[in-house]
Amino acid sequence: MRIGVARFPLGKPNWPSSVPRPPVKRRTGVDYDTEWARTPAARLARAVIVDDVLRPALHVIASPTVHGADRLVGLEAPAIFVANHHSHLDTSVLLTSLPERFRHKAIVAAAADYFFTSRTKGAMSALTIGAIPMERTKVGRRSADLAAELLGDGWNLIMFPEGGRSPDGWGRAFRGGAAYLSLRCGRPVVPLYIEGTGRLWRRGKSWPKIAGKGEGVHLVFGAPMWPEEGEDARRLAARVEKAVAALADEWATDWWTARQRAAAGTTPALTGPSGGAWRRAWALDADASSRTGRRSWP
Amino acid sequence: MSRPGFVLEVDRSTPPILFHHGEGFRLEKLPPGSRVVYPAEPVAPLKDPDGAIRHALLNPVGDSQPLPSLLHAGMKLTIAMDNQAVPLPPMQKPDNRQRVIEIVLDMAAAAGVDDVELIVAHGLHRRQTEPELRHMLGDRIYDAFAPHGMLTQHDAEDHDNLVLVGRTEQGEHVELNKRAVTSDLLIYVNVNLVAMDGGHKSTMTGISSYRSLKHHHNVTGMQHSRSFMDPPNSELHNSTWRMGRLLAGAVKIFQIETTLNTDTFPSQFSFLQKREWEWSARDRASFLATSKSLEHVPPRIARSIFHGIKSPQRMTSVQAGEVEAVHALTLQNLHRQHLVPVEGQADVLTMGLPYLGPYNVNSILNPLLVMCLGLGYFFNLYRGKPLVRKGGVVIMSHPTRWEFHPVHHPSYIDFFEQVLAETTDPIEIEKKFEESFATDPWYIHLYRNSYAYHGVHAFYMWYWGAHALQHVGQVIIVGGEPRAVRRMGFKPASTLRDALEMAEDVVGRNPSITHIHNPPIFLADVT
Repeated sequence: MRIGVARFPLGKPNWPSSVPRPPVKRRTGVDYDTEWARTPAARLARAVIVDDVLRPALHVIASPTVHGADRLVGLEAPAIFVANHHSHLDTSVLLTSLPERFRHKAIVAAAADYFFTSRTKGAMSALTIGAIPMERTKVGRRSADLAAELLGDGWNLIMFPEGGRSPDGWGRAFRGGAAYLSLRCGRPVVPLYIEGTGRLWRRGKSWPKIAGKGEGVHLVFGAPMWPEEGEDARRLAARVEKAVAALADEWATDWWTARQRAAAGTTPALTGPSGGAWRRAWALDADASSRTGRRSWP
Repeated sequence: MSRPGFVLEVDRSTPPILFHHGEGFRLEKLPPGSRVVYPAEPVAPLKDPDGAIRHALLNPVGDSQPLPSLLHAGMKLTIAMDNQAVPLPPMQKPDNRQRVIEIVLDMAAAAGVDDVELIVAHGLHRRQTEPELRHMLGDRIYDAFAPHGMLTQHDAEDHDNLVLVGRTEQGEHVELNKRAVTSDLLIYVNVNLVAMDGGHKSTMTGISSYRSLKHHHNVTGMQHSRSFMDPPNSELHNSTWRMGRLLAGAVKIFQIETTLNTDTFPSQFSFLQKREWEWSARDRASFLATSKSLEHVPPRIARSIFHGIKSPQRMTSVQAGEVEAVHALTLQNLHRQHLVPVEGQADVLTMGLPYLGPYNVNSILNPLLVMCLGLGYFFNLYRGKPLVRKGGVVIMSHPTRWEFHPVHHPSYIDFFEQVLAETTDPIEIEKKFEESFATDPWYIHLYRNSYAYHGVHAFYMWYWGAHALQHVGQVIIVGGEPRAVRRMGFKPASTLRDALEMAEDVVGRNPSITHIHNPPIFLADVT
């Protein structure tokens, strides 16, 4: 008999060994319940955090400049915002740069296996950026249902369809989650290209560095894309990826050149050249050094 | 569903009526029996303007093929567009021109067209600054074309880059921008704020030379334009149509015209668009706060506040294809928004003039422009017959300061000080002074290299009011600077009541009065 532990009925009863235990209800990862983070009180707190903490902080750290916001004129919420992903800064930069009518009713699809590994981490993510857990290896039913339900309720969704931050500075092929949700909910996908966050806080670094002169982050909004007649998620995802690549090209060159290359099918891919790691790094460096005032990755 | 415009008969219960007064406002009690013409409320904009533009380009009107079939690799493509004189105030981004040109260029890119040049069709207006161009065309177009010299501003004095296309049967010279005329395809992108704009007038004023313009920008033409807001009855349009047809025979032209609704002021000035009896507590508070604070700030500050206004106007239609077929549709769409039926003329026409006209975007509405806005534009906002009877009185409300923008309007200063000191008769002015101002090398230098209107432009301002000067018996300006008002041959009055008393000397006691509640813009259909 253990002293100091109250016995049943004062204490917990023993579980009979002959009775199988029901599976433990997980409350982390994709099972973390974020509903509380969408209550009015939490939304108000998040609005204060986003507008009065994150925005000024990002202004100092990343000096973000927004291009192409006029493409969103006339777009009605909700929409799915999709961007390339280089850094933890991407979410905050994107969230704080959204026009107000989208910003204060936005959720972010965050990797369940990274942001929701503990309840504290999950709570912080849900409160500050409105994160919802999303499986990154597949479109899980639970996370997909939740995202679709929230889109149906008028929430704007921010997604990074590369499934994680870039390991080497080049992009990765887009997965179909955003396109699937667009088709399922009949809402447009807004492609975005984020440039420069990788320089400030690349994968593997614990802290961001502060942007120097000419090192600010740039965010280019693309025109909203609606699913076409008979289009499936894979083709829509490929079209979205091309649109983001065209935005990257527009940033690197100019709009007219980017349109000409997009029309000719010669837009440089986000994923960079194939070949050995050193060649990819080399190409990235060559690409970056050709632009005045912009430093190479990282 | 927006409510149509209407005519209010003033009675004792009618609240004071809003008059624009430069960078301010006045509330005036009009005598019972006066009539106030209210514009229609803004009509519903296009839900998907980009989709509508694509549809228009793929389904052109008149004798024209869809735009993609006119584009091919190796061709020389020129896109000309209206300058910032329209719309007023400048519209919130994205401007119609940006929307249209981006889609046109998308199609050009898909067709593999490399040789593209954009020309801002200024005519004899001043060049636009970089921020003004960026606002009008968007950063994407500006950054892609301007650094490579592929976005230019028409220069009507660059004789090496002008070409004489020919002469009409009436002997009118059609001399235009060489790049536009020698292109395989000329696309003109238009923003039709009023019925005067668009059609062949776009190319014939926007990318032509003084030699060409003088055939329709003259006193006789303006006096026979009744009114120039009604193209079928306008000599200005007859001439430009003759000349435009000549051009259309020489160059393939694809015209794209867009119309706007009259959602003119942003929400903080929403009271300007409402009928006074419908002002809410918020509107009244906004009006008081705005007008009282404007009384206490220097005109320079008030001006910069007003010129910061970007209007929330939105596209109501877009049509593309052959010039005349396009313009016929444009006029229908404009009339849907603008026409207000009015019965009979009045002895006295009153109007409150705002801070802005087509020629002072980011500038000063100097006394000449006050005359042009009141007697040129507002007086001519009619179809049928003028709102005021022959020999009647026009009363305008505006501060009319003796003040000019020295960079934008240098020739206006000399016109005001020298020409008007001698005579205010448009015919005499035209005969005696026009040529010397038009060919003055200093004005030409400023027009080409600075941001100045052409030397002759001040004359056109005076000619624009020539029909009104011929028609009315007296012009009174309420609240105007007396010496500036008298210089133009008008009479100053300090209050509307005084002005109405003065008007009685001309039109007799108990005159009938019509007030035009403008802006937002309308077109009176007077029967």
